[in-house]
Amino acid sequence: MNTTLIVARKEFQDGLRNRWVLAIALILAALAVGIAWFGAAASGGMGFTSLATTVVSLSTLAVFLIPLIALLLAYDAVVGEQESGTLLLLLTYPLSRTSLLLGKFLGHGLILGAATALGFGIAGVVIAFAADGVALGDLVASLSLLILSSVLLGWVFIAFAYLISVWVTEKARAAGLALGVWFLFVLVFDLGLLALLVSVQSGGDWLPWLLLLNPTDGFRLINMVGFESAQAYTGVTAIAQNTAFHAGWLLLILVGWIVAPLGLAILRFRHHSA
Amino acid sequence: MNPVIECHGLTKRHGDLTRLEALDLTVKEGEVLALLGHNGAGKTTTMKLILGLISPSAGSLEVLGGAPDGPHAETLRRHLGYLPENVSFYEQLTGREVLDYFARLKRIDRRQVDELLEKVGLGHAAKRRVKTYSKGMRQRLGLAQALLGEPRLLLLDEPTTGLDPAATRDFYETVRELRERGCTVLLSSHVLPGVEPYIDRALILGAGRRLALGSLEELRREASLPLTIRAKGRWPGVDWTAGWDDSRIAPRYLNGSALELGVHPSAKMSALRRLTGTPGVEDIDVLPPTLEHLYAHFSAPVAAASSTPDQRGTP
Repeated sequence: MNTTLIVARKEFQDGLRNRWVLAIALILAALAVGIAWFGAAASGGMGFTSLATTVVSLSTLAVFLIPLIALLLAYDAVVGEQESGTLLLLLTYPLSRTSLLLGKFLGHGLILGAATALGFGIAGVVIAFAADGVALGDLVASLSLLILSSVLLGWVFIAFAYLISVWVTEKARAAGLALGVWFLFVLVFDLGLLALLVSVQSGGDWLPWLLLLNPTDGFRLINMVGFESAQAYTGVTAIAQNTAFHAGWLLLILVGWIVAPLGLAILRFRHHSA
Repeated sequence: MNPVIECHGLTKRHGDLTRLEALDLTVKEGEVLALLGHNGAGKTTTMKLILGLISPSAGSLEVLGGAPDGPHAETLRRHLGYLPENVSFYEQLTGREVLDYFARLKRIDRRQVDELLEKVGLGHAAKRRVKTYSKGMRQRLGLAQALLGEPRLLLLDEPTTGLDPAATRDFYETVRELRERGCTVLLSSHVLPGVEPYIDRALILGAGRRLALGSLEELRREASLPLTIRAKGRWPGVDWTAGWDDSRIAPRYLNGSALELGVHPSAKMSALRRLTGTPGVEDIDVLPPTLEHLYAHFSAPVAAASSTPDQRGTP
C-alpha cells in the first residue's frame, strides 16, 4: 500500500476510535432535524416550512459548525505528533513529509466527509418521511449540494489547521490560532464587509467580489444560488444577488481555498527542522 | 569489512551554538557503541545526524555507504531502527495496531508484529490500548518498533530509562542477540551500571566534542585511573598505612579486618605481592575502574568548565 494511504488509513481508524465520526454525525443530524422541524417557529408555527428556508438555515448552521469541527479535528495533526515524539520517529521511516501530510489530510478529510454525509443524510431522510409537500428530487438535489459544499468547506479548514500546525511548536498555541482563524472567517470578516458596505456610498460593484476572499461566504453563496426566496435570510451575501456567481465556479473556488493553504503547509513542513 | 558509520570532521552548528564539533568516528558492522555524555553533550545531535534528520554544517558523514540526508535516505531508512528518547505512541490505538502501522510504513511482513510483541514481553497486552500501558511497557513497545524489519543499524536513545532492573537486563540481552546477528547498535545512556558487558566501545562526548573513544580496556589504559584492591582477613600488628615500596599505592580505608587500596595500574603487581606475602590475608578482590569512573574522569574537565555560568553566546 502507498505510504499516503497507510497514513490516511491510520488517521481514519483513529477518528473512528476517538468517536469523532459518530459525534460529528450525531451533532449535525440532531441540529439539522431540529432546524427542519422548528423552521416555522419564527412565524409562530411548528413543523416544516419550505425547502428553501430549511436549506438556507442548514447552511447557516454548517457555516458555524463545520469550520469549528474541522479545526478541532486537525489543529494538532503535526504539532501534536511533534509533542508526543512520534513525528521524529516517523521522519526516520521511509516516508516523505509530503505523503505524511497528504495522508493525514486524506484521513481527516474522510472522517469529516463521512460524518457530514451521515449527519445531513439522516436529516434528509427524516425530512423526506415526515414533511409533506416536498418534491423528493429537489430535496435530494439541494441536500447533495449542501453536503458537497459542507465537505469542501470542512476540507478548507482542515487545510488551514495544518498550516497552523506546521507553523507553531506548541499545541496550545495551535489551538488558540485555530480559534482565531474560525473567529476571523466566520464572524469578523462579514462584519468588516458590512461596515464597508455601509460606508461605500456609490459604485460598489466590486464589493461582491470581496466575498470570494472568504471561503465561508463562498459556501453560503453556493447554497443560496437557486433559492430566490431565501435571499432575505442570507445576511451579507445578499450583496451578491445581482452578480452571476455560478455554483460550479464557487465550488472550484472552494477547491482553490483547499489547495492553497495545504500547499503552503506542505512547503513549510518540508523545511521543518526535526 | 565496510564501516557502517564513517564520519570525518563532522560538525553541526545551530546559530552561534556548536552542537557537535569535528567528530571523527568509524563504526564497524556488528559493533555496539555506547554514546555517553551529559545533557547537551551532543549525543542526540549525533544520532539525528546519523538518521539524516538534520544535515551537517561541515565535515563528511556516511551511513551504510551514503549520506543519510540525501537521496540515499530512502534505502537507508529501511535498514534503520530508531528508538527516540521520549516517545508516547498513539494512545487510542492498541499496541498491536501501533506496531502494525509502523510495520506497514516500513513495508515489512506484518507477521513480524506478533513475534516482536512476544519478544519484548507485550504479547498479553497486544490488544490493550496504549494509554493503559505503564512507562516500561511503552518503552518496550518502542523497542519492538525499532526492531521491525531486522535493521542493520539500530540507534537507541536512552533505551533503559523507565525500565526496571529485570527489564533492563532483558533489554541488554536483546542487544547482545542483535550484535551476534551482525546488527550494529548505537546506544546513548545516562544509566551506566550494567551496560559494560554489552558494549564494544564507548564514545564520551562533552560540549559537542569527542572526549574519549575506545574499548573499556583502551579507555582504562588512557585514563590510568587507580584500580581498587580490597583485602579481607586478620592481620594483628600489620601497619598498612606504611611500608609500601611504591608511592603509587594509596591505602584508602582500613580497619582490623578489611583494607582498600587505590593502586595505579603499573603498581598492581607490587601491591598484590605484599598482600599475598602477608599471612592472615584471606581474600583479595581486584576491581578495575568501572565505566562510571572512566566517564567521570573524561568528562570532568568539561563539567568544570560548564558549571561556571554560560559565558559563551551571551554578549
